[in-house]
Amino acid sequence: MSTTQLTPRLGRPTWWRLPRRQVPVLVSLGLLLLMYGIGVSQYRAFSNIQVIFNVFIDNGFLLVVAIGMTFVILTGGIDLSVGSVVAMTAMVSAALLREGLPSALVLLIALLIGPTLGFVMGCVIHFFDIQPFIVTLAGMFFARGLCTWISSVSVPISDGFWTAAAQERIRIGDNFVTVSVLITVAVVALAAYTLAYTRLGRNVYAIGGNPQSALLMGLPVGRTRIAVYTISGLCSAIGGILLSFYTLSGAPLIAVGMELDAIAAVVIGGTLLTGGAGYVLGTVLGVLVLGVIQTLITFDGTLNSWWTKIVIGGLLFAFILLQRLIAIRKK
Amino acid sequence: MSDRHPVLTMTAISKFFPGVRALDGVDFRLFPGEVHALMGENGAGKSTLIKVLTGVYGSDAGTIMLDGAPVSFTGPRQATAAGVSTVYQEVNLCPNLSVAENIFIGRQPQRFGTVNWREMRRRAGTLLARLDLDIDVGELLGGYSLAVQQMVAIARAVDVRARVLILDEPTSSLDADEVAQLMRIMRQLRDEGIAILFVTHFLDQVYEIADRITVLRNGRLVGEYPTADLPQYALVEKMIGKELDTLERLDEQAGRDLAAVETGVPVVEATGLARTGSVAPFSLTIHQGEVVGMAGLLGSGRTEVARLFFGADRADRGRLAVDGQPVTIRGPVAAIDRNIAFCSENRRTEGLVGDLSVRENIILAMQAARGWLRPVPRRRQDELVRRYVEALSIRPNDPDMPVRNLSGGNQQKVLLARWLITEPRLLILDEPTRGIDIGAKAEIQRLVVQLSDGGMAVLFISAELEEVLRLSHKVAVMRDRQLVTQLANDDSLDAERVMRVIASGAEQKGRDQA
Amino acid sequence: MTTWKARLPGVTGHRLFWPVVVLVTLVAANAVYRPSFLAIEVKDGHLYGSLIDILRLSAPLILVALGMTLVIATGGIDLSVGSVVAVSGAVACLYISRQPDQGDVGTVLTALVIAAGVALLLGAWNGMLVAVIGIQPIIATLILMVAGRGLAQLVTSGQIITINSSPYRMIGTGHLLTLPFAIILALAVTLAVAVLTRRTALGMIIEAVGGNAEASRLAGIRARRVKLLVYVVSAACAAVAGFMMTANVSSADGNSAGLWVELDAILAVVIGGTSLAGGRFYLSGTIVGALIIQTLTTSVYAMNIDPQTSLLFKAMVVIVVCLIQAPAFRARFRRRRGAAAPPPVPVDQQKEQVAAP
Repeated sequence: MSTTQLTPRLGRPTWWRLPRRQVPVLVSLGLLLLMYGIGVSQYRAFSNIQVIFNVFIDNGFLLVVAIGMTFVILTGGIDLSVGSVVAMTAMVSAALLREGLPSALVLLIALLIGPTLGFVMGCVIHFFDIQPFIVTLAGMFFARGLCTWISSVSVPISDGFWTAAAQERIRIGDNFVTVSVLITVAVVALAAYTLAYTRLGRNVYAIGGNPQSALLMGLPVGRTRIAVYTISGLCSAIGGILLSFYTLSGAPLIAVGMELDAIAAVVIGGTLLTGGAGYVLGTVLGVLVLGVIQTLITFDGTLNSWWTKIVIGGLLFAFILLQRLIAIRKK
Repeated sequence: MSDRHPVLTMTAISKFFPGVRALDGVDFRLFPGEVHALMGENGAGKSTLIKVLTGVYGSDAGTIMLDGAPVSFTGPRQATAAGVSTVYQEVNLCPNLSVAENIFIGRQPQRFGTVNWREMRRRAGTLLARLDLDIDVGELLGGYSLAVQQMVAIARAVDVRARVLILDEPTSSLDADEVAQLMRIMRQLRDEGIAILFVTHFLDQVYEIADRITVLRNGRLVGEYPTADLPQYALVEKMIGKELDTLERLDEQAGRDLAAVETGVPVVEATGLARTGSVAPFSLTIHQGEVVGMAGLLGSGRTEVARLFFGADRADRGRLAVDGQPVTIRGPVAAIDRNIAFCSENRRTEGLVGDLSVRENIILAMQAARGWLRPVPRRRQDELVRRYVEALSIRPNDPDMPVRNLSGGNQQKVLLARWLITEPRLLILDEPTRGIDIGAKAEIQRLVVQLSDGGMAVLFISAELEEVLRLSHKVAVMRDRQLVTQLANDDSLDAERVMRVIASGAEQKGRDQA
Repeated sequence: MTTWKARLPGVTGHRLFWPVVVLVTLVAANAVYRPSFLAIEVKDGHLYGSLIDILRLSAPLILVALGMTLVIATGGIDLSVGSVVAVSGAVACLYISRQPDQGDVGTVLTALVIAAGVALLLGAWNGMLVAVIGIQPIIATLILMVAGRGLAQLVTSGQIITINSSPYRMIGTGHLLTLPFAIILALAVTLAVAVLTRRTALGMIIEAVGGNAEASRLAGIRARRVKLLVYVVSAACAAVAGFMMTANVSSADGNSAGLWVELDAILAVVIGGTSLAGGRFYLSGTIVGALIIQTLTTSVYAMNIDPQTSLLFKAMVVIVVCLIQAPAFRARFRRRRGAAAPPPVPVDQQKEQVAAP
C-alpha cells in the first residue's frame, strides 16, 4: 500500500492553522500597542519610559496573582479566593510584624498560609468533586473573614526590611523600578518555565484540554489539580507581600474584587476560560492592557474611574466572543 | 499458533452490576503476533471485558494472566505500564497539545528536570516514520483528521513497549482510505509480535485482518474460532443468536401482509436522504399502519437513519415528504409538529430526565408542544398517566417516583408512554427492547402490533432479528451505513435470509461493493 | 431484574432537613445568648423584634436568590445580579432625584418602571450571550458583573445620590398590615415566582433542561427561550432587590450597592438543596438558605463581632453544607461506616445498560 498518496491528504494541516494558536495573544499585543500609541499621541508625558515602568510598579502584585490564576484557568478551573488571600497575607504580615517577630520569620509564615489554603481547596475540589467555584468562594470568605478577625482597621508596617523593600529604587538608565518589579519578573520567568518545560506544566495543559483523556493517558490528574490551586495560593501570597511593600500596611478590605481583575487579565491575555490554551506571556499582556487603560484614564483627567470597569467589561466581551468564534470554527 | 504460549489469558471472568450480569464466566486468550477480533452486539460484554482487563473495573470472579503471571490492574495507568495499552473509539488524546507531546506526555525525555522538546520531536518523528506517517509533529493534534489522531494514539500506545494493544472500535469514524491505512499499521505491529485485540462492528474488516475471532453474547462466551473456519453468516448468527424459545410467543403470524398496508400516500417518504459521515443516501417509505423493521448490526447506521427522520440530526442531502408534502425538518420540534415521535436507544442520556418523576417524564413532550404557558391540567395529567401506567403496566405504580429509580424496562415504557400520549402518526423505536427483561419485552412487542393495527406507522429498529421478523411488514437491512435492501416480510423471509444479507451486503450475490 | 428502589427517605433524608436544622440551631443559639432575641412586640401597630428584623433584612437576598435558583436550575449561573442591583437602584434614584416633587407616587412609579426596564435589558443581554451565542454562563455573566458596576457608577457619576421620597422609602422601611413592607414584597415576589414556575409548566421545563439538555431537546423543548427567560427573571428579581436596598438608605451608591450579593445568593440556593449542576430546584430551600445567611450575619452583629468576620462562619457553613450534599463525600462517609452500602453504580462509564441475561 502506498502511503505517499494517503498521508498528504490525511496529514496536512492547512496553512492558516499555524498562527491561530497565537491569535488571541497577538490580538492582545495589538491592543496594547494601539492603546500605548493613543497614549503617546495624546499626551507627551506618556512617551516617557517611566510610564511603562510605573505600570509594572503599580500592577506588579496583580500580575503575580494573575499568573497563579493562569495556572488554575489552564486546567479549566477558577480561583475566587485570590483577592482575599492577598489581603490576608498582607494583614498577617502586618500583624505579626507589629507583634515584633523577625521579618524573615514573618515572611516565611506569610508565604506559607496562601499555599496551604490553596492546597486544602485543591484537595476538597479533587477528592469530594465539588465545583471549584463554590470551594474557592468558601476560601474567599474564609480568608477575608480571617483578615477582619485579625484587625478591623488598617495596620501600618514600620519594619525595616519592609520599608527598605518598599523604598529601594533600582535605577535603569534615567528611570527606576522597585524591588517588587524584580520579584514580579522572576515569578513570570519561573511560571513561564514551569508551564513550558516541566512535566507538571504540560500536565496542566493536558488536563485543560481533556481531563478524561489525561486520566486515560495515565497522567497524575489529581496531583496536578491540587498543585495548581497550591500554586495559585502561593502566587496570591507573593502578591500579598508585594502589596504590603506597596502600601506598607495590612488592611482588611484591600484587594476586594482583585479576583475579577485577575480573571479579566487572564482572559484578555488570550487564555481560554475552558482551559487548555494560553500563555504566561498573554497574561502579562493582559495585565499591561489593564494597567495602560488605568494610566490613560488617569492622564485624561476628565474620564472617571468607572470607565475602567466599563472598558474592561467591553474588552472581556470582545475576547470571549473571539474565543467563541475560534471554538466554532474549529468544529 | 496453539503451540505458542498466549501472552494474555483471561479465565472465567465474571462481572456484576446491580441487577445485571455483564460478564458471566468468560474466557479469553491472546497470542503474540495475532489480531484477535472480539465480536458481539450491544450488551454482549465487550466493553466490560476490556474494562476489566485494563483495570477500569475490578472483576467479581476469574483470573487474568499476563505472560504466565497473574495480574490485577487498578487502572489504565498500571495496565499501560505492564504493556497493555488501549486505543479507544473516541480518540483519548488532548487536541490542544502537539502531536509529539501527545505521544510522550507523562514520560517526556528530560534533561535536568527540563522537558527536552527537541529530543521529543525527534523521537516522535522516528516513531511516526516507523508507522509510515509523515506529519509535522510540532502541530496541534486537533488540526489533524480523526484518522491521524487515531494513529497518533496508536503510536503513543506502541511506544510504551506494548505487548498487548487493544483497539476498541478504532475504525468507527474513518473512511475507507483511512481504514486501509490503519489496517496496514495493524499488520505491521502484528508482524513485530504485538498481540492486538480488535473490536469493530465492520465484518469486512474482521475478515480482512483478524486471525481469530471470539464471540460474546449477553455476557457469555459463545466461542473462539479461527477466522478461516467461521463464515460470515455463521458469525452473524453467533452474534445475534436465537432467542425464540426463551420468548413468550406472540400469536404467531407467518409474516405480515405488506400489500394490505402499503396503500395510499405514505406517512413519510425519504428520497435519497443522507448525512455526510453518518449515513449514505437512502430511500424509504412508511405507510399508515405499517411496521418497518430495521435490521443490521450495531454501528451499521440504524440509529442514524432514525435521527434523520426525527431531525435529531439534520440531513444534508435528499428529500423528505410527510403525507406527500415535501418538508424540511430542522429539528425535533419540527418533527414533533408533524406527529413524528422518536424513542432513543439511549434511554438515560437521550430519553429520560432522571431527576423528574414518572408523571413529568410522561407529559414532557406533550407539554413541550403546548408551550410552558399552557400547562397540561393536573387532572388531565393524572388521567393520562394513570391510563398509560396501567396500559403499559409500569412498575412501581407511583407516578411521583423519580424515573431514575425505575428498572430499564419500566424506563423504556415511560419513554414510550411519553410519545404515545402525543398520538404520533409515525413512531420511531430505536432498540426499545434492549436491556430489559423478557416480560417487558413481550409487552412492548405486543404493543407495537396493537399500535400498527390501530393505524400508526412504526419504524422498529432492533438488533434481534426474531422480533424484527415477528413485528414488521417490511424489513430494511442496514450495513456499513447503507440501506442495502428492503425485504417484504412474507413467508419466504426468515432470520437466516436476513442474516445472509447482513453478512454479505446483498442477496444471492457475492460480496457487495462496499 | 432488580429495581433499584430509592432508599425510603426518612425525616433526615428530607432535602430541607439539614438546612432547617442549621437555621433552628442558629436561632436557638441566639436565644440562649440573648433571651430577648425571640421577643416580638407591637409598637404603633407595627411588629418589632429581632426575628422580624432578620426577615426584613433578608428580603433583598431572598429576591435575588429566587431568580438565581431558576438560573441555576437550568444549569447556569448569574454572577451579574449584584451589578444589576446597583444599576437598577441607581437609575431609580437618579430619576427621582431629578424630579421637582420627589414625594409624588407617580414619579416613583415611573422611576421603578424605567429602572426595571433597564434591568430587563441587562437580563436579556445575559440570556442572549448564554442561549444564543452559547457562551458558558459563568463567563457570560462575568462580563456584566464587571461592566455593570461601572455602569452603575456612571449613572450616579461616582457619587452617592441621596433622595427624599417617602413613597420610595416605603419599599425599604415602610410597614403594611403591621409587617415591614419589605417582607410583604418579598413574599409577593416569592408567590409570583412560585406561580410562574409551578402553576405553569415553566418549572418542569426548566428542570428538564437543567436535568438533561439533550433529552429535553429530543422531547421538543425549545431550551433557548427558557434560558433567555430565566436570565430576564433573575435580573427582574435583582432589580426589585435593588429598589429595596436603596430605599432602605434613601440613597444609591453605584460602588457598593449589592456588592457580593451574587455570592450570597448562590450560597442560599446551594444551601437550599438545588444542585449547581442544574435540574430540580427548590424555592422553599432557597428561602431557608437566605434566612440562614441573614441570621448568621445578624447574630454576628449582635455578638459585637465585626460584620466582615461573619465571613468566617459563612465559609464554614458553605463547606459543611456542600460536603454534606456532595455525592463523593457521602460515598466516602458511607464506605467508612461499613460494607452495607452497595458500590456506586458505574452507569456513567457504561456505554448503556448492559443486557439482562
